[in-house]
Amino acid sequence: MNMNNFTHYETPFRDDKVFDGCGISAFINVDGKIENGSKIIDMVTCLQDRENGLGAGFAVYGCFPDRKDDYCFQIIAEDETTRDKVKEFLKARGTINFEEKIPVKSDMGLPRQPVLWRFFFKPQASVDKADYDDYIVKVHMALNDSFQRKAFVMSAGKNCMALKGNGWSHEIAEYYQLDKYKGNMWLGHSRFPTNTPGSWFGAHPFSLLSWNVIHNGEITSYGTNRRYLEMFGYKCLLGTDTEVIAYLFDQLVRRHRIPVPIAALAFNPPLYDLIDRMPREQMLTMKNIRMTYRSALLNGPFSIVVGSELGGKPAMIGLTDRKKLRPQLIAQSVDEKSYFISSEEASFERLKLAEGNDHVDIEKIWAPHAGTPFIARLGDGMVRTGTEKPFEGIQLAINEYPPELGI
Amino acid sequence: MSLIHKVFPKFKVNVDQEKCKKCTRCVNACSFGVLSFNGERIVADNEKCVDCQRCAVYCPAEAIMINDFPIVYSPHGTYTERIRKINWFQSGTGGVLLASTGTDLPYPVIFDDIVLDACQVTNPSIDPLREPVETKVFLGSKPAKLDFDIDPGNENNVTMRTRFPPNFEMSMPLMVGHMSLGSISFNACMSIYKAVSELGIVAGSGEGGLNEAFYPYKNHLITEIASGRFGVDLNYLQGVAGLEIKIGQGAKPGHGGHLPGEKVTSLISETRMIPKFSDALSPYPHHDIYSIEDLQQLISALKEATRYKIPIGVKIAAVHNVAPIASGIVRAGADFITIDGFRGGTGAAPRIIRDHVGIPIEVAIASVDERLRNEGIREKVTLIAGGSIRYSADLIKAIALGADICMVGMPVLLAMGCRFCQQCHTGNCSWGIATQRPDLVKRLDVDVSVQRIKNLFHAWNEELKEIMGAMGIDSVESLRSNRDRLRYLGPNPHIAEVLGIKHVGE
Repeated sequence: MNMNNFTHYETPFRDDKVFDGCGISAFINVDGKIENGSKIIDMVTCLQDRENGLGAGFAVYGCFPDRKDDYCFQIIAEDETTRDKVKEFLKARGTINFEEKIPVKSDMGLPRQPVLWRFFFKPQASVDKADYDDYIVKVHMALNDSFQRKAFVMSAGKNCMALKGNGWSHEIAEYYQLDKYKGNMWLGHSRFPTNTPGSWFGAHPFSLLSWNVIHNGEITSYGTNRRYLEMFGYKCLLGTDTEVIAYLFDQLVRRHRIPVPIAALAFNPPLYDLIDRMPREQMLTMKNIRMTYRSALLNGPFSIVVGSELGGKPAMIGLTDRKKLRPQLIAQSVDEKSYFISSEEASFERLKLAEGNDHVDIEKIWAPHAGTPFIARLGDGMVRTGTEKPFEGIQLAINEYPPELGI
Repeated sequence: MSLIHKVFPKFKVNVDQEKCKKCTRCVNACSFGVLSFNGERIVADNEKCVDCQRCAVYCPAEAIMINDFPIVYSPHGTYTERIRKINWFQSGTGGVLLASTGTDLPYPVIFDDIVLDACQVTNPSIDPLREPVETKVFLGSKPAKLDFDIDPGNENNVTMRTRFPPNFEMSMPLMVGHMSLGSISFNACMSIYKAVSELGIVAGSGEGGLNEAFYPYKNHLITEIASGRFGVDLNYLQGVAGLEIKIGQGAKPGHGGHLPGEKVTSLISETRMIPKFSDALSPYPHHDIYSIEDLQQLISALKEATRYKIPIGVKIAAVHNVAPIASGIVRAGADFITIDGFRGGTGAAPRIIRDHVGIPIEVAIASVDERLRNEGIREKVTLIAGGSIRYSADLIKAIALGADICMVGMPVLLAMGCRFCQQCHTGNCSWGIATQRPDLVKRLDVDVSVQRIKNLFHAWNEELKEIMGAMGIDSVESLRSNRDRLRYLGPNPHIAEVLGIKHVGE
């Protein structure tokens, strides 16, 4: 593990944007069964070619059932003074119902460690309950902005969290003692950054509210996406293209209430050649999507898993770019109670070969289509297989047809 | 006799008498009265030559060479030949000097100080000949967000509530700028309108009205409402791709239009709806727009008149305060906003304004895009930029700085044969482009010009795709405002800051 670059690069590079290749793995138990991190460790650590020891991270959902209504702010700080200042910062904006040091394995012989802290936070009384999420986004952004180079938010969701650091995935898993947490959905990421010494703040997942995004690829439209998001109060301060994905999901799916299968069409629109051949409702909707959300199109190669918790139900979303320039595979357990996503089939094979609790019987493995979301949701099972055509299975109507151009 | 007014010509026409066949084709070709045949040989009145090259191109013996006039002006770094001539001319005429095209002064071109990015290793580049790369754009206003109603009982029953605002679908982010019938010829207009209709893009009508002969193409035209209101009638407003209120033009910010009476032929007269041979001088401001609220009223009136079915835009020249002005225009309800940079062209403008007023389009795009973003209204509007978009590299850089669509004029004229002699204001264009003389207009072959314009735009679009492909971008909306893919390699890093781009090596 690399005990450096917690909240900023100690030796900065002139090019501040990070490119990386990565391994991604995730699973959800749609029946709600909770389990510790050992399966996700199995899945992600075997993708060794996809990491170079410069970053890894995990996210888990359903991990704080006793405090599920509080926003769990997890921060990485340079020192305890900063941690105290962060605490004051949060207290000025709401109530801290409980706080604790994020437990880490202490006997790894590490020289210098970041201050890792967890605050269970509730917005101040003046904030309307319906505005809690927007408020938390503001606090999250303001915290990252005010404490630049000193502290940043690792995650701030309800009943979920992200844990990440600068090291090999097996080291990070061991450091954070993932066996101590239990959840019904897990995400795991291992990182291969090319031009940095690796960092804690730049490791995945990237989180906002209950969104956790793990990403393999490079967003070539980053500049366009970032400038779009900045108009709406999002601050891209972590120097990695992945953070725009988390914010775009928040903007389109939470704020604009666009169903995920349709939002995915904004991120990954079908080609105009195909759009022009769609039925009229779909064609018009699709053109309106491309036009309205032209700055939300995610270009360049990517394979992502997005953890979400909309309406209190964790859901696992898998998505690749529309050319599918990065790998992604999906597996279903024989009992159809669990769904798995990974960069490589090896992750599934490892679960099939495992003994004890980690063993899973898997028969069905498939590749989702380029640019098509896979969605599995707690209680509902598989909602989208990732092999649908755009709008397949969606009854789409249009309230008002547009006029023909000109009169 | 005083000869102090005498200024030596700029060019010298050399006719190789050994090669010359005395066919006098050059005499007919010259529309500026330079060449004549004295019974023995072709002779040239060099003073009138503008270097339009028509004679040289059409000489069957390749006997004509046009050179600089071989006279040396005693060197001086401050009082250059240009400055001296301006003073000589003005002390002769006592008048404002007219000029055309964009400024000929060697202002630095910021586009040339910007370099583009490409992918290596971490990200595959795309070959646009093998994989789709999309360049379609929409001209018009966009909703801030889309509203979907989701059936609470079944999440798969979805209704889109947001209305699709009027937008013109363009096959590429490129349009032909506003050049009126009057500033250019009937055949030139016809060539442009036919070409854009076939290309699936739009052209601007300019402020000269719309001749009936062009009605078949008007669904690919943005008609312009300028301060003179020339030719504005129902047909001018209806069935067009867009309507544009022209406030200013890059070549002459703060100025109106100038079409001298001798150019107002019956064709121009009936199209502009003004008497024959009367000067068509559009006022400097719109006399019903003295403020932003007046502009808002005109925008609303036009939207009402066209029943909200046509995008309405406003064109302004790039001046120092272009960003707040643009922001006001968007708030006044414009669906698109056109910004014309100070190197932009003109058919006729006072030289002093053309050469000295306004700011470069590169800076204007960057500051308007940034301001509209700071105010959260950028996505709503289509930003069209023009004024010295010279070739595809400028188009690509303009889009990456923040433009949705680029507007070009001069390159289209070049495609039609223009030799850039910068004499449009004289009305003697020997290539039949910037003239109303019937004998010259008929020189312009419409079919050939249509094909050449189409070729040019196709080439630009292909080059746009090539660059996007190299950047790993497969759709032009991801290039727009993507300043991360630009770097500055020029003499003044402060410009990079103003443009919001990094220096090379950063």
